[in-house]
Amino acid sequence: MSLESPKEDWFEPPHGAEKIWIGIALAWCLVMFLMMPYWHLFGQQNTSGETFRVSPRDFEERVDEFVEANQVGELNGVPVVEPPPGGDAFLLGRMWEWYPVLKLRAGETYRIHLSALDLQHGFSLQPLNMNFRAIPGYDYVLTMTPQEPGEYTIVCNEFCGVGHHLMVGKLIVE
Amino acid sequence: MNDQEGNNPERPDGDVNKPEGEVAKVKRGLQALAGGWRKCDTTGMPVCLDSQFFIRVNAVFAVIFLLIGGIAAILLALTRWEAFNLLRTDMFYRVLTLHGLNMLIFWILFFEVAILYFASTTLLNAKLFSRKVGWVSLVLMVVGAVMVNWVIFAGQADVLKTSYLPLLAHPGFYLGIILVAVGTLVAVFNFFATLYTAKRDKTYEGSIPLVTFGAMAAAIIAVVTLLHGAVVMIPTFTYSMGWTGEPDPLWYRLIWWGLGHQSQQVNVAAMVAVWYMIATLSTGAKPINEAVSRGAFVLYILFINVASAHHLLVEPGMSSSWKIWNTGYVMYLAVLASMVHGFTIPASVEVAMRSKGHMAGIFGWLKALPWRNPAFSAALLSLIIFGFIGGITGVTLGTQQINIIAHNTLRIPGHFHATVVGGTTLAFMGVAYYVVPLFFRRDFVCRPLARIQPWIFAAGITLMSFGMSFAGSMGVARRTSDIAPAEEAYGAVVHFFLAMVGIGGVLAVLGLLVFVGLVVATVLFGPSNVGRPMKCWGTAVDLGSKGAVRKGKSGSYYTPGTVVLVGIFLTAFVVYYFANWRALADVWPVR
Repeated sequence: MSLESPKEDWFEPPHGAEKIWIGIALAWCLVMFLMMPYWHLFGQQNTSGETFRVSPRDFEERVDEFVEANQVGELNGVPVVEPPPGGDAFLLGRMWEWYPVLKLRAGETYRIHLSALDLQHGFSLQPLNMNFRAIPGYDYVLTMTPQEPGEYTIVCNEFCGVGHHLMVGKLIVE
Repeated sequence: MNDQEGNNPERPDGDVNKPEGEVAKVKRGLQALAGGWRKCDTTGMPVCLDSQFFIRVNAVFAVIFLLIGGIAAILLALTRWEAFNLLRTDMFYRVLTLHGLNMLIFWILFFEVAILYFASTTLLNAKLFSRKVGWVSLVLMVVGAVMVNWVIFAGQADVLKTSYLPLLAHPGFYLGIILVAVGTLVAVFNFFATLYTAKRDKTYEGSIPLVTFGAMAAAIIAVVTLLHGAVVMIPTFTYSMGWTGEPDPLWYRLIWWGLGHQSQQVNVAAMVAVWYMIATLSTGAKPINEAVSRGAFVLYILFINVASAHHLLVEPGMSSSWKIWNTGYVMYLAVLASMVHGFTIPASVEVAMRSKGHMAGIFGWLKALPWRNPAFSAALLSLIIFGFIGGITGVTLGTQQINIIAHNTLRIPGHFHATVVGGTTLAFMGVAYYVVPLFFRRDFVCRPLARIQPWIFAAGITLMSFGMSFAGSMGVARRTSDIAPAEEAYGAVVHFFLAMVGIGGVLAVLGLLVFVGLVVATVLFGPSNVGRPMKCWGTAVDLGSKGAVRKGKSGSYYTPGTVVLVGIFLTAFVVYYFANWRALADVWPVR
């Protein structure tokens, strides 16, 4: 029994159903392990990204430059910005807003620079349910290709103080 | 029901007629312990009184923290259930911080220390290495835990359990966590020192029992885990005091999860050890292959120290190959370990039941299991919830790319409430149905209520876990006091799932309160069982006719029921896993 010391010569190799199960389980573990590199080769959704170190203030400045150069309108007091198709776009999370509102074209591929100014924030694109993390000091470049046109919501899903649940932004695809 | 009732000693098969030699051995062991021991009235095992004292005290503190965490849980459940949205925003995060620390850290660590003391003394006929060291550990842990709770109640640490930098709490918060961690390390030292002195003094023959081996695996992982805790918490503490600069937030996450995720693997190892123990106590099961079961524990030790990556899959900084290697536990070898235990434990129970004569068909033995024994039902439900819900979701959500459609949504708490609450906490509740009678020497009050308690708790946590998982699949964020500002994006149906979270949460806390009430009432007012065996919860009936449990030349065990059960499990696993890849393929291309 499991509460007593086993006899001295307790080693025996597994056999029968137990041995077969260990084999099947190991094979399944390898399948799961290989699925990840497989998806990098043949799948469309990967989290590689590129990362650059950036001071939060510098990133904020770049966002401001980006907004100034590409602003096309305003939504609820937040500038709407249309980056050149295939170009770079910047998105900043800060207490408690996503800045600015990006206006993208379906089928075009953008390099979206994601970072946070003050605390860690969570980029959660709804209703698609795609989630990435914004960390101050890191510029996370996601190369993304929007599909269906529509107005999407960006929810913050990392706790960032009492206004956290109010941190809801927009993203427009045309 | 087929289980035996009454005053039978809790002696699984094989123990009833101990050969003379063994009795003499126990006597020798008892003499060696001259002073500071008693003989257990139920099992005849020697109980070191120092160890008994610390098992009792640690168990009492564990239950106190469980109660605090439980009260917090009911407030949280009634807040996320949008129909009530009970707590104010700032209070929600304060109570969430309180809940996380008391449940995931204090309740579990205190109980695990009790398990370590039990596994290293009673099971080895050994005396606790040092009472002084036990006291040092206890005082450090209690002071640390009280300090953390104090700071939270004072509103100085609304940072949630993870306290991600640059969020900053009062220094007392970090200092308290450091004290708890150091205190736990001291207890782990006491455990290893006890193993060493027991080996040196030859208090047992041969190898240590499997349950002690499992506890040892948990203790080894705990050392690695707590060292991560020191590495991350000490600079954060000095930063909060203004003595040093701010640690990098990404570095913080990497090391913090070396503490946070691995501490859950300590729980897994301890929980599996408890499963083996309860299987033995309630059905007389013996491990069908010591080498396989021990090998699986070794896989835990070797491959779960990379688990931090599970929390870093959709963030900047780490390469994909790093993420794959680490989130995959090298090659899912720690998952393999759990799948092995998931076979060996039911197989050992099936073999025990068949050898008692319950041979009918594939599942005839299931009917004859001691279903009314709360320790047994708790362990069984724990195994099912941990495996089918917690395990399958955990491995899937922790897949590098699939994490895109899961990270920080309610799917994550949906997963870990099934592992650490439905799994570990329920297993620990189950073992408490033996710990209280055997170490506090009182039989349980309200035994019929105790028999249904695990079912209430399991039903609640399962419902809640499903509600969280479905709501999370629709995008609902975790750690959010109110979804109203983002409601349109989620769709109205999430309210149904959030109501499930609320109802399930309330039901689970009800089960928790019944448990705490029973334990407290028993410790204070339960009928004493000093001088007689504990009142039996019910064990599997021995029909006398020995069934044929070994087949073929190799003598492999005949376990058709277990084969079917693991087949169902693997099917569910494969379907869930690939369904998630399918769902992932529907979102925007990203790289």
